[in-house]
Amino acid sequence: MLRVSELAFLDWERVSLEVAAGEALCIQGASGSGKSLLLRAVADLIPHEGEAYFEGKACSEFSPTEWRRLVSFLAAEALWWEDYVRDHFLGKVDAARLERLGLDPACLDWEVSRLSMGERQRLGLLRMLDQEPRVLLLDEPTSNLDERTSEAVEVLLLEYIEKRGACAVWVTHDGEQAKRIGKRVFRMKGKRLIESRRDEV
Amino acid sequence: MNTVDLSYWDLGFAALLAVGLAALFRGMRLGISGSLLVAGGRMIVQLTLVGYVLRFLFEEGRPWLVAVMAAVMLGVASREILARQKRKLSGWRSWRLGASTLFVSSFAISLFGLLVVVRADPWYTPQYAIPILGMIISNTMNAISLGMDRLTNAIYTNRNVVEQRLALGQSAKEAIGGYAKDCIRSGMTPVINSMATAGIVSLPGMMTGQILAGASPVEAVEYQIVIWFMIAGGCGFGMAVAIKLLQGQLFDERQRLRLERLR
Repeated sequence: MLRVSELAFLDWERVSLEVAAGEALCIQGASGSGKSLLLRAVADLIPHEGEAYFEGKACSEFSPTEWRRLVSFLAAEALWWEDYVRDHFLGKVDAARLERLGLDPACLDWEVSRLSMGERQRLGLLRMLDQEPRVLLLDEPTSNLDERTSEAVEVLLLEYIEKRGACAVWVTHDGEQAKRIGKRVFRMKGKRLIESRRDEV
Repeated sequence: MNTVDLSYWDLGFAALLAVGLAALFRGMRLGISGSLLVAGGRMIVQLTLVGYVLRFLFEEGRPWLVAVMAAVMLGVASREILARQKRKLSGWRSWRLGASTLFVSSFAISLFGLLVVVRADPWYTPQYAIPILGMIISNTMNAISLGMDRLTNAIYTNRNVVEQRLALGQSAKEAIGGYAKDCIRSGMTPVINSMATAGIVSLPGMMTGQILAGASPVEAVEYQIVIWFMIAGGCGFGMAVAIKLLQGQLFDERQRLRLERLR
């Protein structure tokens, strides 16, 4: 579904990857190893060589905005530009989804400055899902969350991936999480992306 | 009506103000008395020279001389825009951007003023062309340099926000929308304020000059009104063009934010 072919950014080694519909692929690696750069290159947010394909069609054949709506990058720290939470969403937000992530449905009417880090992260995720992307490029989507909420996020995301026939490239530093969600786990090390064996994770 | 000719002694009395001020600042150890005196000296030299240049221009009245003068003004103003930017585009980009914006806005507006409103004979008569162009260029220059500086700064400090908006599928224009609006607003505010208080709080410089030179106040006012509208036009259109061009420089063809183009 998503195919990354010979993608090169800065001085990292070229990366090739393939992710099938319904699959969540995990990437681990020390901070600063270039995991986020890889995701941002796939989302076409930074200059790169090589090409990414969505269902066989190359990134360069899409308009940049079309591509990023389909292949969405979620940064670890969600940032906000309007005063109120609601103004960042396109339409009505599903209250059930908010509650599943342990959020108060009334939080949509709050000022952004009132949100905690964890709330920002979860709302940032919902803000992205609002666009109904088909490929999720997730940069540590549960880094600010406690264990229970993390699991709620995992379940919600995996369910989204399965129902919509989407796929995900999921960066996480949490080995347990990687084992739970990814059939395949990769590791970014020394400017190279290598596949890890299950027992190494 | 007779005008009073100022002698060198009169200029000297006025200059005493600056000298006195410099002495006071020295006592207060502000560290700016030197630059005050240098600026005062520069002003005397520059304006005296310009006085002779203009007299020469007015006597000759040849179109190519007017064109050379206009080009010099444009070049200096573009350099001034560049000098006032905290974060410049690298290489010639910044200068080119300032110059082309100034050219489009102030030249077009001045031509419009000279050909449609003032209609001197011939239209490039230096007595009209040079002062009008000068006033519009200097005001447009202020607005554009202020606006560009604000916009590049806002995008630089909010680059992560801009990138996240892009990541959500917004276009470059949407992603910097709020900052562009702010910067046009801040560039236009001085112009709007001056227009709103013109005549009540301040007598605009050009009008004062005309009145001192013996023109009838009613006639001076008419010119001032025309000039203010042209200044507003130059600033507004100039900034709209500047933002469009700046956006083209800060984002590439795939609408990626390219801050490495700033230095």
